[in-house]
Parts: sequence; C-alpha cells; structure tokens
Amino acid sequence: MAFDYQRYIRGGKLPHIWCPGCTYGTVFKSLLRAIDAQKLDRNDIAMVSGIGCASRLPGYVDFNTLHTAHGRALVFATGLKMAKPDKHVLVVSGDGDATAIGGNHFIHACRRNIDMTLLVFNNYTYGMTGGQYSPTTPYGLSASTMPYGNVDFAFDIPSLARGAGATFVARGTAYHVPALDRLIVAAMRHKGFSVVEIMNACPTAFGKRNKFKSPTDLLLWMKESFVPVEAFEKLPPEKTQGKLPMGILHSREGAPEFCEAYFAMVERLKEKEGTGKP
Amino acid sequence: MSRARLLQGNEACAEGALYAGCGFFAGYPITPSTEVAEHMAKKLPKRGGVFLQMEDEIAAMAAVIGGSLAGCKAFTATSGPGFSLKQENLGFAMLTEVPCVVVNVMRGGPSTGVPTGPGQSDIMQCRWGTHGDHPSICLTPAYVQEIFSETVRAFNLSEKYRTPVIVAFDEVVGHMREKIEIPEAGALSVVDRTKPICPPEEYLPYDDSQGDVPPMANFFEGYRYHVTGLNHGPDGFPVNASPRIHTDQLRLLRKVEANRDDIARNVEYRLDDADVAVFAYGICGRSAKAAVDLARAKGIRAGLLRPLTIWPFPEAQVAALSARARAIIVPELSLGQILFEVERCSKGRCRVEGIHRVDGDPIHPAQILARIQEAL
Repeated sequence: MAFDYQRYIRGGKLPHIWCPGCTYGTVFKSLLRAIDAQKLDRNDIAMVSGIGCASRLPGYVDFNTLHTAHGRALVFATGLKMAKPDKHVLVVSGDGDATAIGGNHFIHACRRNIDMTLLVFNNYTYGMTGGQYSPTTPYGLSASTMPYGNVDFAFDIPSLARGAGATFVARGTAYHVPALDRLIVAAMRHKGFSVVEIMNACPTAFGKRNKFKSPTDLLLWMKESFVPVEAFEKLPPEKTQGKLPMGILHSREGAPEFCEAYFAMVERLKEKEGTGKP
Repeated sequence: MSRARLLQGNEACAEGALYAGCGFFAGYPITPSTEVAEHMAKKLPKRGGVFLQMEDEIAAMAAVIGGSLAGCKAFTATSGPGFSLKQENLGFAMLTEVPCVVVNVMRGGPSTGVPTGPGQSDIMQCRWGTHGDHPSICLTPAYVQEIFSETVRAFNLSEKYRTPVIVAFDEVVGHMREKIEIPEAGALSVVDRTKPICPPEEYLPYDDSQGDVPPMANFFEGYRYHVTGLNHGPDGFPVNASPRIHTDQLRLLRKVEANRDDIARNVEYRLDDADVAVFAYGICGRSAKAAVDLARAKGIRAGLLRPLTIWPFPEAQVAALSARARAIIVPELSLGQILFEVERCSKGRCRVEGIHRVDGDPIHPAQILARIQEAL
C-alpha cells in the first residue's frame, strides 16, 4: 500500500515554497516515513527550525511546530525539551543556519548531548537569499558572494559534530533515499544528541552557477560522490579522492544524556529535602 | 505570615520570580545581574524547575521562549551587552506573543562600558531595542521590596497580555541589601495565561475576533499549531502582502496601549501642591525623594513623580504635571534619554531640565536640590 503522506501534512499548506529540482521534497517524504515508522503520538512531537529554505518544512507538518530566528532553532528546541523532557524534539536546519549563524548553538548542543535530533539539509549555499557561499561551500566553487571562486574553507559537518561531542552522527543524501529513511529512524531512536547531515541539491542557486546543467546532474554527482562508510573505509587512499562516506559515521550508546543528568540531580535534591539533610 | 528577610535586589528579583510561579530560568553570566542566575541555580532544581546556563545570551533568550511555549513561566536576567544580544529573540517573543520576563540590571555603556557601576542608559533600548514596531512593557523598581513585587507583576502582565515584560533596575538597587517582607502565598495575585477551551481542531492561536489577547495553548497539550516569526494570520501561518499584517501589528500595540490603566503604576510623593516636580525612576527616584524632603525643609514646594512603569510612558501624568508645575527636573544616569519623553509630554507648558551623570556614581540628593532651587 502506498504511504499516505497526507496524514502528516497540514491541510491547505501545500504547495511548498521549494524550487523545481530542489531535493527537499524528497527528504521531506523520507522524514515523514521515518517518523511514521516509530508510531509516535504526533501530539508528543515538536519540530523546530530556524531560517532558510529547509526551515519552512515544519510549517507543512501536523506536529507542534516552531519556526524561529536564523540559527537559533537548537536553543529554542533546548527550551522545549527541558520543559517537557519526555517529548520528541526534531530540528530541521540548513548548512548556513546550523553551522554559520547557529554554529555556537550547534557545538554546544553536541557537547550537551541533549536528547534531540538535528537534520542539517546541506545544499552548500544560502538558497533563500540567492546563492551566497556558506561554511560548507566547497573550495573553489562559485557563489554570488564568491564570484571568482570560493577561497574560504569548508566545514565537514560530521567531523564537527563528533568533535563537539555528539553521540550519533550520520550522513545521508537525497539520492540514496531508502538508506536515508533508515538513518533518520536510527538518529531519532538514539538516546542523546543525534546529527544527520543530508546532502541536498539546490539547482537554482548552487547548481546553475557551478556547471551542473540540470538538477539530475547534481543527483548523479551525489550518486558518484557518496559511498557507504563500510565500503569507503576499504578504499585505498588514492580512490577516496572526491568521495565522502555516508551512513552512520559515529555512534556512542549509553553516554550520559543532559535531560537525564539534570532530572537525576532534581531527584537527588528531593530525596535530600525529604531526609532533612542539607 | 509574611517573612522578613535581608536580601540583595538581585536575590529579591529571583524570589519574586519563584513567588510568581516561575519554573524555568535560562541565562548567561554577566555583571551586575549574575546573582539572579546564581539564586535561581540554587532554588529551581530543588523545586523540580529548570535552570540552564546557556552558551550565550541569545541562546538563553531562545531557551526561555521554548520553555514558555512548553508551558513554564520562564525568565532570563542580563545586563549591558547581554541586553543587546537579547533583542533578536525579544522581538520574536513579541511577534509570536509568548509570555516571558527579561530582567535588565542596568550598567553603563555603550559596549563593555562600566560593568560594575549603575546606569540608566538602556531605557530607550527597553522601549525600542528590537527591530520593527512593537509594544513594550518595562517596569522600573527602585527598592528591594519593589524589585520583588514588580517581578511578580512582570510575570503576571506577561501571562495576561501574552507579551515579554522587561524589569529594568540599575546596579545600585540590584546589589543593595535591604530588609524586605516576602508575602505569604496568595497575598499577591498570581496570573496564569488563558488557555483555549475550544477543541484542538477549532483552535486558532492568533484569532483576535474575541479580543486582543487570544488564548494560548501550550505545546504538547493536544493543540498542534504553528508558531513563526513571520507575520502570520489567525491560524499562525505566514501571510504576505496582506492587510492583516497592518491590523495585527496594531493589535500588538493595542494590547499595551488600551490597557495602560492596568499596566501603569506610578508613585507620587508630595506632588499635589508642587511648584517644582522631579521625574525620576530607579536609584534616581530615591535620590530625588531625599532632595524633595530637603527642599520642603527649606520651604520650597517640591514633589516627585516616580514611575514604576516606564513603558508605556506615563504620558497623561506628565502632561498634567506640566500644566501645574513651573518646572520638571529629570535626573537620570544617562546623557539624556527619558528627558526627551518628559519634554514630549510637557509640550512646552513648563521648563524641563535634565541632570545627567554617567561616571558610574549615582546622582546625589544635593545635586537635585540645587537644581530645584535654581528652577524657582
């Protein structure tokens, strides 16, 4: 039976704002399937975003949804999660939103290991404002604010997340869709802060400027460039040129999680109060 | 029974928040407001509440809004540069109508300025700090007891009108220790946000057809709705190029303007027959009170108008005062900010003169007295 996306989409809120050829719609459907697979009560789900094309996604879905300020989604989400630690909090962000203006919140959410999932839609550009370079734009490529080729160096989001302390780090793409469904499920089931970098195509603001003549070219480039991590690790170094691993890149189960640690402290204090000890 | 305590202003602020039912604090260390956070860090976990020290001031403000949306009464406290960083998300809370309280323990500025001295030069920032047209409620206590009671009132107003409320007091009263009475539970009223009674499928979070303050559902309570910092329609979803934007922005202002009588509080001291009036808030209000007494002892008819609510500005009170006093003296710890508001409302009916000081010391009663004498 075909998957019924309409069950999760708010009536009258489509069509979405994304351009023809944009892969966000593909990822959107993957996300809905992944959420559905977990049989959660939608009243218990909050989806939070910042500013940018990806950040419009929560407006379309029938959860508790919060579209915040540029870069700030994770910290609004932290407030929600700490106020209601038994609820599920998902954050949708773009590369600029998550790692430029929101970079400080990104590393601290990783460090804090707070139980929520961050999906970073990485399309290498600020699409909504028309194609400026972002912290993930590859060196040498063109952007409206790097018209002579990017001389600024890019972040590797999974390395950044892992280095900052995230306990689950994965990378998927809009081309490898069944694998993406599984990665989002695994990220949401992980206890702690989980990050999924999702490679996306922005034909309008990034592709055209960088010799990807059609949206398909971007998808084919994704197909060639991203290799399952198990296979990637077996490649000889000379064959890893221009390729990146995808899949679960890092997972540490059982690490102390922030909400649990905080409310364990609350319980300890309550017991002490009960015994009358200071 | 109320309890007598010797408390610092910042501690009284924290106690006021707890009295009002606050269960969520997020902040970032900054002088001279840090003791508010430290007090909350001690008290909140014991009550099952949430205390968060965030990675920066912006994060703290955002977490407060998230906490409030999920049903907690939430606040943050900051000073100087921290208050500048609050402005982005303060605007978000105003437009999305999420109740919260921001305490600004004022120091000198701009930039790092005088971190350990008192200031009042953020007072226009309290009105206009975030970009765009927006309402502002800002309370200005001058005594430790008032910091307690005005913090309670700040939470009440924020819940009642679904808007952020700023409590602004200077470093002197923030760090001053005074005896205060903490009233027993129930002695001061505590207001909670009005929740919707309609079924979730009928809920419109920004429906103004029944009044200017729509009922607010908390997240995770069955009302799945959308909150956005874009201008939005009654259902919470973005609108573009719509007359609704204009009418809704007017409604946000009206929530405060039309309820001035409920929001505004002023203290009048020996003002009825005053030839010379002093308009002052915070620590300047205390110096002014002493100056008025000194002037009266010399046979000069002086009086004091001390606003506990600086925003919305007490326009009618200042207008009335300007019609009967010869002069209004405005001492303030800035180079002239609230002075212009007093001038605006006086409309040239009397002289308006400022006393300004920004060197990190308060204005002394003798300085104010001298100006009262000169004004006659």
